[in-house]
Amino acid sequence: MTAILKRELSSYFNSATAYVVMAAYFVFSGIFFTYFCFGFNTTSLAGVYGNMFYIIMFIIPIITMKTLSEEKHQKTDQALLTSPTSLTEIVIGKFLGAFILYAVCCCIFLVYAVVISFFAAPDWPVILCTFLGIILLGATLIAINVFISALTESMIIAAVVGMALGLLISFLKNISDMLSIDWVTFVLEKINPLTYYTNFTYGILSITDIVFFITVTGLFLFFTVRVLEKRRWS
Amino acid sequence: MVEVKNLTKCYGNIKAVDDISFTVETGEVLGFLGPNGAGKSTTMNMITGYISSTSGTVTIDGSEILEDPKATKQKIGYLPEIPPIYVDMTVKKYLEFMFDLKKVKLPKNEHIEEVMRLVGISDQSNRIIKNLSKGYRQRVGFAQALLGNPPVLILDEPTVGLDPKQIIEIRKLIKSLGKKHTVIFSSHVLSEISATCDRIIVISNGKIIADAKTNELSTSVSGEQKLALQIEGSPTDVVSAIKKIPAVIRISKGQTMSNNVTKYMVEYEKGVDIRRDVFSAMSRIGCPILDMQSGNETLEDMFLKLTSADQTNYTKNGGKG
Repeated sequence: MTAILKRELSSYFNSATAYVVMAAYFVFSGIFFTYFCFGFNTTSLAGVYGNMFYIIMFIIPIITMKTLSEEKHQKTDQALLTSPTSLTEIVIGKFLGAFILYAVCCCIFLVYAVVISFFAAPDWPVILCTFLGIILLGATLIAINVFISALTESMIIAAVVGMALGLLISFLKNISDMLSIDWVTFVLEKINPLTYYTNFTYGILSITDIVFFITVTGLFLFFTVRVLEKRRWS
Repeated sequence: MVEVKNLTKCYGNIKAVDDISFTVETGEVLGFLGPNGAGKSTTMNMITGYISSTSGTVTIDGSEILEDPKATKQKIGYLPEIPPIYVDMTVKKYLEFMFDLKKVKLPKNEHIEEVMRLVGISDQSNRIIKNLSKGYRQRVGFAQALLGNPPVLILDEPTVGLDPKQIIEIRKLIKSLGKKHTVIFSSHVLSEISATCDRIIVISNGKIIADAKTNELSTSVSGEQKLALQIEGSPTDVVSAIKKIPAVIRISKGQTMSNNVTKYMVEYEKGVDIRRDVFSAMSRIGCPILDMQSGNETLEDMFLKLTSADQTNYTKNGGKG
């Protein structure tokens, strides 16, 4: 697993990928930060975090698009699958690689909190709670996108499907409002990651929300292992 | 030791590999020969555990690939048809990655240096693989397969894309590796197989159609041996004298050249040497032999014969190695 993780990280940081992703993340979070915090004269980062989903739903598919699709495409999966390393180790290594890059991006929020502290006392518990929220949301999206990457040989398809899914998640609330059928609204609300994420941005730390993200992450990593396993048998 | 038993792989209704069984002893170099699409790569992918078999078993030194994949995979070094290399890494970094991935327990730096020296890429160690030529990439793939000194090496067309000098080097390397390792390697180049392997398995349409020692193969296919002769003297006398030799199956007279010299083709039973008998028979009737050649089919003839429409199983009368 460490071998895969090391290779993933070196492939991100030895190419432009990591820097382009980080630059995009910093630029947009910076714009949100300036607009919401300075524009509205507030120390609350809730507005910034609330809108960050629109950025990460594009950034995460870009980070993960080639994790497994490119292996299949370049036939390097032959080296992975014929090595004594198990599929679970491979998938978790890939996941952690993408996750660490994402987590590095998220650390910019701690910088913003420090910037705020020059003007007023920041609300650290809320900031850290929200930080945990965006990390967990990211982990879940990364697991889903790694799964999508395992389904295809083309990283373009993986990225496009991942982004479309992100858009769908962001529209989920509007869709359920539009349909206004009770049980559909109920189901959509329960499966919408943003429902759980929003609680974090308000500074509410609840076990339900944490469990939701961890479960979905685990589930999709498990699915990914099954997809790779199934491919060998078909 | 590699033991393959009743290995079958179906893709839907198509049988890519159909009930293949063979055993490779330790220290044997086995050549896997067959036309494109015969099922060579599929078989190798099943032996190495890249894909699973529909039915059948692959046992390597007592452990089965599907039952105990970790232990079994540790014993195999695999070079697939397309070397599984990450083009964005340097040669050294890539081999370090593969070393960790394979969970090799040897001293890391020394072992990688040794393997790089063995395949002749020491001077390329800090280059990015993207910038290497096809031949060097192939060698990097080869190096990767050798990491951890696995007892079994599976090489899928290892010499494709190399220049003649490199091909000879790689062949030598395979031969020298064959002393310590069990090697299975595939190719559709016949001369390569006959120069390197102790034993050949010919595979066509997913079936084994011949399995024999390299030097026995061509006779095992035809079931008889041939002798091409040029003899001076009366053809009638010659034919009747040769027909008296017990092992001779048939003799056919070819064209008569100048100086009363005639060409003959004698077919005789396998496993017998009639050259001495021919010599004494001819000396008895006073007809000098001017030319005598063993007319065994070449491997090329044999290969074409085997892989053409005729699908008879030759393994039964072939010497099993």
